[in-house]
Amino acid sequence: MRTFLIQVAYLAASVLFILGLRGLSSPETARRGNLLAAMGMLLAIVGTLFHKDIISYEWIIVGMVIGSAIGAAMAIFMPMTAMPERIALSHSFGGLAAALVGVSEYYRHAGELGAVKMTAIGFEVLLGALTFTGSLMAFGKLQGLITGVPVTYRFQNSSNISLLMISLGIIGYMIFVPSQHVLFYLMLVLGFLIGVLLVLPIGGADMPVVISLLNSYAGLAAAATGFVLSNNILIISGALDGASGFLLSVIMSKAMNRSFTNVVFGAFGSVAETAPAETGSATGGVNEGTIEDAATVLWNAQAVIIVPGYGMAVSQAQHALRELADLLDSANVTVKYAIHPVAGRMPGHMNVLLAEANVAYDQLYDLDDINGEFSRTDAVLVVGANDVVNPAAKRNPTSPIYGMPVLNVEEARAVIVLKRSMKPGFAGIENELFVQPNTMMVFGDAKRTLTKLVEALKK
Amino acid sequence: MADELLFGLYIFVLAAFVGYQVITRVPPLLHTPLMSGTNAISGISLVGSLVAAGAHYNTVSTVLGLIAVTCATINVVGGFMITDRMLKMFKRREGDPS
Repeated sequence: MRTFLIQVAYLAASVLFILGLRGLSSPETARRGNLLAAMGMLLAIVGTLFHKDIISYEWIIVGMVIGSAIGAAMAIFMPMTAMPERIALSHSFGGLAAALVGVSEYYRHAGELGAVKMTAIGFEVLLGALTFTGSLMAFGKLQGLITGVPVTYRFQNSSNISLLMISLGIIGYMIFVPSQHVLFYLMLVLGFLIGVLLVLPIGGADMPVVISLLNSYAGLAAAATGFVLSNNILIISGALDGASGFLLSVIMSKAMNRSFTNVVFGAFGSVAETAPAETGSATGGVNEGTIEDAATVLWNAQAVIIVPGYGMAVSQAQHALRELADLLDSANVTVKYAIHPVAGRMPGHMNVLLAEANVAYDQLYDLDDINGEFSRTDAVLVVGANDVVNPAAKRNPTSPIYGMPVLNVEEARAVIVLKRSMKPGFAGIENELFVQPNTMMVFGDAKRTLTKLVEALKK
Repeated sequence: MADELLFGLYIFVLAAFVGYQVITRVPPLLHTPLMSGTNAISGISLVGSLVAAGAHYNTVSTVLGLIAVTCATINVVGGFMITDRMLKMFKRREGDPS
């Protein structure tokens, strides 16, 4: 009877999770959706506390109190610019939790495990371990603790693949001889190592794909835990998480015109090391403008599209930007924001940053929705974006980003680019947009420039 | 045993399919909350950790369970809270009720 009630709680929780995700299809219903999912979680946890194997609660309470305190503190104090770091950290916690449950199950049943359970434990521990270290690496790269430049060496791909094959081989062998403790722990160590090595060659520009991919691994690790414990809600939630991560990786890869394998094995961004020699040539026909010039262009426009990039987030310019947009709006200038899918360091990051600065979400437009409008727009304001507005992606087949969907900024009557310097972006590629005759470059820190622009417009 | 595996696979495949269908409807606008939300949901591995931490199978399992409970709780509590904090910020234009 007790088991039956727990299963009913799990079933209800699964339904609530799916309804919760369904709510995320619109910003109107999203908050309620999140609440439904949280209620599902509460139900599942309370149900589990009645599990017949649980005989004492002291360690459960200790773990939950510590975890809640850390989790709540992170949720309250993490700035929105640090969302990618937070997500990377939570993937690593998820991976670690899965790996540890796997180790605990193996330790408890070693030797007497059937083929199915052994395979599931193997995948759970391997995926959990590599998600743990891989996410920590991603965190380090995002935080600047580890170089964002891809680290490459000879035979990198073949050695990574060999390590993975060895780990899978160990799992395969242990199906027949489950009592091989040493091999099991060797596989755990290999999992940790593979996580580090997989993320090492991946450049800063590819972070959105990596984070999505690790999201997917974390989900699969949770699903494997479900197979180990014969627990359906773990299988369902893991599958949901895995599907979501996979889908986001595909969307991100497409937005960069890269294949999955290319991201994982391609070490994109390493071009940056060879590119600086050529960048000098692009500075030739630069048309530099003053704050007043830019203010005049914006003031005389009827419609303005703002293209924010990661540079905006770095200089925390979103509030100054919104102030500028409000000012233009009060002068009856239509203002829209064009958001490229890979603007920012993780999927959807830019939208969150702008929403935090009180920009209404119906002013935020997707690449596909706004690309037709540039040719009808008087002025475009590019704030700290580079590769996503590079026309070379359409025109120059030799460019490393050729084929990547970009915003058709160059079609607007006038383009104002706020940028720190002529330095190329993450991918280290020259941008011909910056030397176009209708482009005006305003150099300097985005936040300071925007604040001055606001002052100039107020006059 | 093969039955159990097959049953699990059924659930996995169908759930992944439902997940795919539901998640394709999430607009790019909400991709960050989606990721932190699914992250909170995958903190469900907590239910596995709870049993390991509370069952007194042996000391090793209890210690590993305790660490796992802590990690998973961080994801569950932090994940739902920060998702809500983000979603609260998404607003329509004032005076534009449609």
